Order: sequence, then structure tokens, then C-alpha cells
Amino acid sequence: MFDAVTRNITFLLGGFWMTLQLTAFALLGGIALGALVGLGRISKSRWIYQPVTLYVNFLRNVPLILVIFWFYFVMPIIAGRPLDPFLSAIISFIIFEATYFGEIFRAGYQSISKDLTAAAFSTGMTYSQTARYILIPIAFRRMLPSLITQSIVTFQDTSLAFVIGLQEFVRRTSIVDNLEVRSIELFGFVAVVFFIFCFIGSKISRHFEEKGRKTGLL
Amino acid sequence: MIEIKNVSKWFGDFQVLTKVNETIGRGQTVVICGPSGSGKSTLLRCVNGLEPYQEGEIIVDGASLNDPKTNLYKLRENIGMVFQRFELYPHMTAIQNISLAPLRVRKWPKQKAEKKAIELLKRVGIPDKAEAYPANLSGGQQQRVAIARSLAMEPKYMMFDEPTSALDPEMIKEVLDVMINLAKEGMTMLCVTHEMGFAREVADEIIFMDYGKIVERGTYEEFFNNPKSERAKEFLDQIL
Repeated sequence: MFDAVTRNITFLLGGFWMTLQLTAFALLGGIALGALVGLGRISKSRWIYQPVTLYVNFLRNVPLILVIFWFYFVMPIIAGRPLDPFLSAIISFIIFEATYFGEIFRAGYQSISKDLTAAAFSTGMTYSQTARYILIPIAFRRMLPSLITQSIVTFQDTSLAFVIGLQEFVRRTSIVDNLEVRSIELFGFVAVVFFIFCFIGSKISRHFEEKGRKTGLL
Repeated sequence: MIEIKNVSKWFGDFQVLTKVNETIGRGQTVVICGPSGSGKSTLLRCVNGLEPYQEGEIIVDGASLNDPKTNLYKLRENIGMVFQRFELYPHMTAIQNISLAPLRVRKWPKQKAEKKAIELLKRVGIPDKAEAYPANLSGGQQQRVAIARSLAMEPKYMMFDEPTSALDPEMIKEVLDVMINLAKEGMTMLCVTHEMGFAREVADEIIFMDYGKIVERGTYEEFFNNPKSERAKEFLDQIL
């Protein structure tokens, strides 16, 4: 029954490999930029806070597919030459996901009480010691479940890159489907693969959430 | 010795401290009381440089806090502080909470820091809780770990910011007992508390604050039996 899948498995898995690459770059960039965005969102300086907030609110209120499209068609006008779709997709993902990661970081930073920092200071620890041993470990443990959940969402989001012709998992499946006309099996296979990865991810997230609850961190 | 001279502080337009004067000598225990919002906690925070003040001077062992040459981090090593809500590091066990500063600030070897932590846990009466996380300790136990954490740096001064007001009544005594012992052993202490039994037992002086000013000061007997101001009388009626 799944001969349409097995016949084309190398081609399909090549697409999945592209999906994994997209996810990896989107996460690396998105989380790094998100950490900065989170800082910007708690900044006391108006000149940092306002533009960062505008950026976050704007991107969180438009569909990702639009960002991918827009970036792909506008960038050649700005840069003067067409952008590689892979690069274009990754940059779109990074600027989009960074707003979501940014809000997770903001919540993590803000979850630490002022008095906890004061307590660390009162034992003579410097700001960098306090950040290293107290603030960052606590914020990280608190953020971990949401970071994993958002990473799963990013993984799923990468399938939207097919709109600019990138041959990721879904795109390659639809190419195969055009030849084989076996939509149910082919897209069923894609769904199962996505489900397995996301399900494992959500279990891991859940594990850290429960662990956090037990130790009173969440 | 801690000298507080004419200290005033504002949060924006709101004046929280007005010309506060106080000297705490070696081995003394001073209790600060007063209604909430009277500036007691703010005063404590000013003394170890956690909050800036705009006027006056605070001098700890000859070093003025506003002097740019004074290293506030160094100064805080000598001033322990205990908070109303304990503020233990939630991701660390009791022994890790206590040994962190000796390990990282004093650069003690791990063994020495942990030995000290265990000694301190014995001293506050919970040696069996070394490996427990704060979430698994009662409020009274958490506060005793917090006291041990402050003592681990072997401070010359200890400040307590309403250490028992977040505790269930049956746990107050276990924390106060630790504090009373500390005072009797000669620790210099500055305590914001409304525990008048504690004040009677160990306070050399009681300060009553209202609206950011020291309204009244004296020994326990003077303050308790013969309050001079109307505000202090009202306050004592309310808490007793």
C-alpha cells in the first residue's frame, strides 16, 4: 500500500533533511535573536523598548506565510539581485520566530524577583556571578518547556517554505504526488513523520515542566 | 560600626526617608518597627547599598557608601541580610544555597565550604535538611536556611527584614530562637520586626519609624511602657 512512499523514499527523505536544516538554522538564529529581543522588551530605554515592541507586535500579528513571501519578493528589490530561496526562508523564519522566542525570554527574565537578586548581592556576589549562578539557571529552567514547545512549532512552520519553491519535505511529497497520484498514502506518511517528532518533543517539554513543578521552580 | 547620618531618600517625588540618624555599635541589636510603608525596609536596603539614597551619609566601618572608592560588593560580604520571603535559590539544595557565596566569592575549596554549611545547618537546628530543596522545606526551615546562608560569609553585621511575618505562627519561634542566639553571641544586628517578645529579650534599642522618619527611640522599657508620641501609642495598641 505504501509502495508510492518506498519507491521514492530517498527523494522524500532528502526533503526531510532540508526540513531539518531549515529548523536547525531557524532555531539557532531565532533563539539567539529572541534572547536579545527579550532584553529589548524589558529595557528601560524608550529608544530600545519602543522599536523592539513595534517589531514584536507587528510580526506576531501577521501570518508567517506572508513574511516568507514578502521577504522573498522584496529582498531582490533592496539587494538588487534575487536571493537564494534557502537563505531567504531562513532569514524569514529567524525574524518571525525571534518574536515568539523573545516573549518567552521576556517572561523568563521577568519571573525572577528583585529580592532574589538582592539576596544574592547581599552575600557579596557580583552582578556577573549572580547572573551566572542564579538568574540564568533559574530563567533557563523556567523557560525550557516553552522553548521546546516553540521549537516544535518552528519545526512545523518550516513546511511553509514550500511557497517559495524550496524543496523541503512537504514540497517534495507534492512533487512525488504529481507523478504517483497517491495523495492519501504520501501525505499520510508526512503526517506520521511530523507527528512522531513533535510528539516526542512535546513529551520532553512535559517532562521538564513536571520536573520544574516538583522543585517549585514553575 | 554602622553610622547613618541625615539620610534622605526619594522614589521620584515621594520621600521615603527623611533625615534618618542612627548609630549601631559593635555587638548591638537594634529593632526597627513601625507601620508598613514607613521606610523600614528601605533603610535596611540602603545600608548594604541595594538602594541608592540622595542625601546624607551611611558609613560602615569607616567606609562611606556613596564614596566611589568603596567597593559595595566587598562591603556586602560583611553585611548579611535575611528577607521576609526567604529568597532562597530554588534550583539549589539547602547546602548549595549556603555554600555558594563562600565557594564563589571567598573562593573556598568545595570541601571547606560544605563543611561550614553543615556546621551552620546544625547551628540553626536542621542538619538533616542539607540535601533538601527549598520547595520541600517549611517556611520556618527555609528561613533558617536563609539565615545560615547569610552567616556562611561570616558577616560582622546581620540585617533582618521582617523575617517572621511570612511565617505560620507555629514556625515563628524556631526562627526567633536562632536570632536570639545570634544576638546573645554578640552579632551586631539590625532587625525590622514587630515581634516584641524578641525585642524585649535582646534589643539594645528600639526605633519607631513613621512616614520615613524616626519618630521615637529608646530601650524596650522606655518604648513599651512609656511611648511619647501619639503614633507610637496607636501602633503599640494595634500590634499588642
